[in-house]
Amino acid sequence: MYRMGITFAVYGGAEGAEKILPFDIIPRIIDASEWNKIEQGLKQRGHAINLFLADIYGKQRILSEKIVPRELVLSAPTYRPQCVGLTVPRGIWNHISGTDLIRDETGQFYVLEDNVRCPSGVSYVLENRRILKRALPQVFDASRVRAVDDYPSRLLNVLEFLAPTPMDSAVTVVLTPGMYNSAYFEHAFLAQQMGIELVEGRDLLVIDDAVYMRNTRGLERVDVIYRRIDDDFLDPLAFRSDSLLGVPGLMRAYQAGNVALANAPGTGVADDKAVYAYMPKIIKYYLGEEPLIPNVPTYLCGEKRDRDYVIANMENMVIKATDGSGGYGMLVGPTSTASDRALFREKITAHPRQYIAQPAMSLSRAPVLVEGHFEGRHVDLRPYVLYGQEIYVLPGGLTRVALKRDSLVVNSSQGGGSKDTWVLQS
Amino acid sequence: MLSRVAESIYWMSRYLERAESVARLVDVNLHLTLDAAADYGDQWEPLIDTVGGQPLFAGRYGVAERDSVMRFLTFDRENPNSILSCAWKARENARSVRDTISSEMWEQANRFYAFLKGYAESDYALMNPHDFYTEVKMATHLFDGIADATMSHGDAWHFLRLGEMVERADKTSRILDVKYFILLPRWQGIGSTVDSIQWAALLKSASAFEMYRKKYKSISPAKVADFLILNREFPRAIRWCLDQAAESLQCLSTGMRQSAPNQAERRLGRLVSELHYARIEEVISRGLHEFLEDLQGYLSSVHEAIAETFFSATLPLTEPVKSVALGGGQ
Repeated sequence: MYRMGITFAVYGGAEGAEKILPFDIIPRIIDASEWNKIEQGLKQRGHAINLFLADIYGKQRILSEKIVPRELVLSAPTYRPQCVGLTVPRGIWNHISGTDLIRDETGQFYVLEDNVRCPSGVSYVLENRRILKRALPQVFDASRVRAVDDYPSRLLNVLEFLAPTPMDSAVTVVLTPGMYNSAYFEHAFLAQQMGIELVEGRDLLVIDDAVYMRNTRGLERVDVIYRRIDDDFLDPLAFRSDSLLGVPGLMRAYQAGNVALANAPGTGVADDKAVYAYMPKIIKYYLGEEPLIPNVPTYLCGEKRDRDYVIANMENMVIKATDGSGGYGMLVGPTSTASDRALFREKITAHPRQYIAQPAMSLSRAPVLVEGHFEGRHVDLRPYVLYGQEIYVLPGGLTRVALKRDSLVVNSSQGGGSKDTWVLQS
Repeated sequence: MLSRVAESIYWMSRYLERAESVARLVDVNLHLTLDAAADYGDQWEPLIDTVGGQPLFAGRYGVAERDSVMRFLTFDRENPNSILSCAWKARENARSVRDTISSEMWEQANRFYAFLKGYAESDYALMNPHDFYTEVKMATHLFDGIADATMSHGDAWHFLRLGEMVERADKTSRILDVKYFILLPRWQGIGSTVDSIQWAALLKSASAFEMYRKKYKSISPAKVADFLILNREFPRAIRWCLDQAAESLQCLSTGMRQSAPNQAERRLGRLVSELHYARIEEVISRGLHEFLEDLQGYLSSVHEAIAETFFSATLPLTEPVKSVALGGGQ
């Protein structure tokens, strides 16, 4: 793996430290009927989230009708006033999402988190598959596993669909924060697989509200940007002014309709962990349907009754920052120490809006090869959803594994590993 | 292609070529000291002069002898031109453009660095220098072969070749300069066995011995200089390298807005013409050392022109811009 350079960088370690995402050889298998339910559930959710985003940056009906508290949405740090009134290309905001699912002891799947900013990990899905095909060709052949290899071309179709120019002449790029970003491998991998340029902020410039990239023969116009930079760093003139990663003037070019961004800026508000708690209501409101995949019960520390309950039951809760991701800044109650809990009690009291809690679920386990024998480890599943001309769910996804026995944390940045996920044909 | 990517590819290529040149230099010196220690002496100091870094070396190691020079030129991370440092920089550049180069090229750049790092702490290289430096050369040859066979020969490949050829021309001139300086006085005594061994070693450091023999039967300093500077067929001869560089430069310059040759083309073109029409007798009578020094200076001005022409674009390729407000925040 190191030779193949499938690495990710860990923040807070030595500068530029690269690690290999540990890979477990035993695939996780999901049969066709079970997958069908997941697929329908994710399409439903993707559809509702798009309508929600269009609404809160538009007429804000859902807030006026008090289905979701106005204050809760507007106070989310990922809510972007810069996006109010924006017309997004083709009316789509959340082109690429990766939804984290878990399964409890009864086999029921739950949505643990929506990721509609820049979800990463799909490159591991593709690489894990490549390795398994090489390692277990006979098993693979006999199992009738649905293919995941066409993800990059499907992604490219979604991106080109957004272009302000005719699709076949669209210039599309992947925008990365650079090679020291934890997901740089993936950015490069996807650009390469799609056959498009991987650019950094310094490669782009905006002239007269049009975006250009600096080429060896001169400047070339850019139509679509698959950006893997958070909103905050996208454009120092519109968001954080100290950002060196972004492109000054990019938002103006976007607002003028001269360039498309995927995902649209401002989508992060939909994966805010407090907004998450309202997702069943959001689905019901826009689609008139019950959610096909339920939420994990969630307590909002911003609401007094919930907060009191959370503080009284910290040992049995997983507490998360509402704008956090990657497993940073969370408390896993069952394995926490008294001082961890005291620290979180203080944090919650000081900034209640910023925390939510969920009961520590007994995540399902899958067998993992440990020093020559099998052991059970907790797993979750992140399928990837593309929203273009239609909504497409990649049949498979990243199964993340907690590599420490009994650990509930599967994030790669916290020492988790991954497995290939086999969705069987019916 | 993107200017930043072009620049990284160019440097990746230069650093790999530099790593190879340093390996050649050390390897041939080992052979010289083995074959002719009594006569040639234990000459390790000139190697540091060739690669550069004399003050750094003196500060870190003091006396220039076999082991200290080998360590300095091979594994010392403080030395920006050590093989390990070059491999590291080549790998970092490769990493930043891995979506442009083929995966096989990236894997090889990565493997090359891992190989060197693996030996950095052991005595393997000092104990088995010939095997070790051969492996280094083979690793860079493998990279070149992979690049040729797995990457489209478009702009990116031309930047790769441009970097490689500019670097190789420079290093051949430096190897020749140092060796010529050391060897020439001894040659006056008319071809003893020892002398021809040493000249053969110089040719071998450029993998040129066998090809030289096919062209010239006897070994003479003028012919060696002629072969390494002016030969039009041998792939480490300066003229050959610069012919290749000029060809790539021409491909890279077609389709640019201005039709006149750019600065890089003009400078390299002049140098290439001089090499096409020069005769070695003139070069030697004018002073080989001075000739090579001028050449190195000129090569670095070619490099500057390449950087200016290709790595800092300011004008749109197609439609003209209404207001050229390029200063804004960039």
